Amino acid sequence: MIVRILSICLALIGGVASVAQAQDGPLRIEITEGVIEPLPFAVPSFQPESGDAGQMAVDLARVVSEDLVGSGLFREVPASAYISTVSDFNAPIQYADWKAINAQALITGAVSVSGNTLNVKFRLYDVFSGAELGSGLQFAGTVDGWRRMAHKVADAVYSRITGEGGYFDSRVVYVSETGPKDDRAKRLAVMDYDGANVRYLTDSSSIVLAPRFSPSGDRILYTSYESGFPRIYVLDIGSVQRRVLESAEGTMSFAPRFSPSGNTVVYSLTQGGNTDIFTMDIGTGQSTRLTNTPAIETAPSYSPDGSRIVFESDRSGSQQLYVMPASGGEATRISFGEGRYGTPVWSPRGDLVAFTKQNKGRFHIGVMRLDGSEERLLTASFLDEGPTWAPNGRVIMFARETQGAGGASSLYSVDISGRNLKPVRTQEGGSDPSWSPLQK
Amino acid sequence: MNRILTATLLIAALAVSACTNPDRFGADGMNNGAANGAGLNGGIVPGSVNDPASTAYFQQAIGDRVLFLIDQSTLTPEGQATLDGQAAWLNTNTDYQAVIEGHADEQGTREYNLALGARRANAAREYLLSRGIAASRLRVVSYGKERPIEICSNEACYAKNRRAVTVLAGGLTS
Repeated sequence: MIVRILSICLALIGGVASVAQAQDGPLRIEITEGVIEPLPFAVPSFQPESGDAGQMAVDLARVVSEDLVGSGLFREVPASAYISTVSDFNAPIQYADWKAINAQALITGAVSVSGNTLNVKFRLYDVFSGAELGSGLQFAGTVDGWRRMAHKVADAVYSRITGEGGYFDSRVVYVSETGPKDDRAKRLAVMDYDGANVRYLTDSSSIVLAPRFSPSGDRILYTSYESGFPRIYVLDIGSVQRRVLESAEGTMSFAPRFSPSGNTVVYSLTQGGNTDIFTMDIGTGQSTRLTNTPAIETAPSYSPDGSRIVFESDRSGSQQLYVMPASGGEATRISFGEGRYGTPVWSPRGDLVAFTKQNKGRFHIGVMRLDGSEERLLTASFLDEGPTWAPNGRVIMFARETQGAGGASSLYSVDISGRNLKPVRTQEGGSDPSWSPLQK
Repeated sequence: MNRILTATLLIAALAVSACTNPDRFGADGMNNGAANGAGLNGGIVPGSVNDPASTAYFQQAIGDRVLFLIDQSTLTPEGQATLDGQAAWLNTNTDYQAVIEGHADEQGTREYNLALGARRANAAREYLLSRGIAASRLRVVSYGKERPIEICSNEACYAKNRRAVTVLAGGLTS
């Protein structure tokens, strides 16, 4: 019995692999086709082209590999399988040697260090076509920022093979959490998308919630109880200077998000127990009301072109998703499935909205089209919430809280196909992630 | 001598009540120190739970919180009775102001729960206003699901977390 199941599995993998190899066209992963078998690649250690670049050459190749493998679309052929090595960045490639170990893509690189400047070159080869895919690229950066160079190489590889934008050279701002449920300390932190280079932006003396990146990635909006009441702050990541966006005495403001221009904030304001959606011009502080109902209306998110806003409202009696013009006005309900829908976030590609769904005591992260069609639930657990999109609109990060007295929150990511669900490495607990745009 | 001692105890008790958030440390903390006592000359220790003008009395004898049903902000009959007691107390002890803190259980998304907690705090505030408390004495804030007092993940805990707590401030207007 066991033998039979094993042979079926092997046959399946063999079949998929042979289909991939039979392709005539260039090396390509069609993400929308549903990738079952990750594409095998080899990334030998980069060539050190200056005396002190040896360790960097090894580390760069390792991070490139971690990025690609972490996407779930690629599989690394281990160095132990290599037949030939790459000892010169400019030497011709022995395609037969890489074909023999089924490395369909080969990534080579070279690195040199000069003072605090790092130069990284790379080439991508389509092994089965026996040709370079795209032309070689060169990146310059600082030695301290070496991981970004690796992410840029990985983004270029990902982009050339999938035809989609990359997402590795990006950051995530989130709420770092420590302590038990009834005395939890929260502070803002920013890190690389893969959990490296964590930096704390606030201390934990006040509750902080739901940071959101600006479209240029240089500022964040968040909610803090610093004044004793929830207020929205805008913080410059470089200088860590922050200022409050004033709101009237006796009100609460929260759930802020930038407009695509970065000049306007859309947010929730609570007055007399009622929560509506407003916008505020960050420069002038002038606010404009967008909704005016006795319902709870919150979690607004702009469309990428800035013309519309998706938000949640319980005006029908339970939490549901609505779309309205960015200037307010009539809203159209888009969620009609079983259960409650909240925290909608418009995808950077404009095609989908990610949301949190509660149904029958379970929480899900899901996506649907803007007309509410093609709803797809990607996760299920005791408590998943707060999705945020990778810059290319292909991956979603969210927070998962475990059940019970020892419950804790941590970050996860998942493909919009529902595959490749995995924890995101953080030093402490984490919640409310917000993914930055691709760095420039 | 006796007067000085009394004054010292009074200040100590007020200091405790001003700094203590019952949600964080538990109302039991009020019973330490100067609380709980038929003390001097068989009289009532100011600031203790037996002192009807004290924060401890408000929290424990009157009841500083009202509870809500799942995803509801409508006051229950029990909640209304508690708020009637709070209103009577506040009408007597006019030196005090209050912040009404609204809370939600963990079943719900963060933003929604903030708004739901605000609805609950506001329902309590509106009720107190209807019983003659001046609007200037009552502020509201919502903590959503950020400050649970019970940490299990079932209804026994959730029922206690869905609350609006009247937290007193002031009381020493000289």
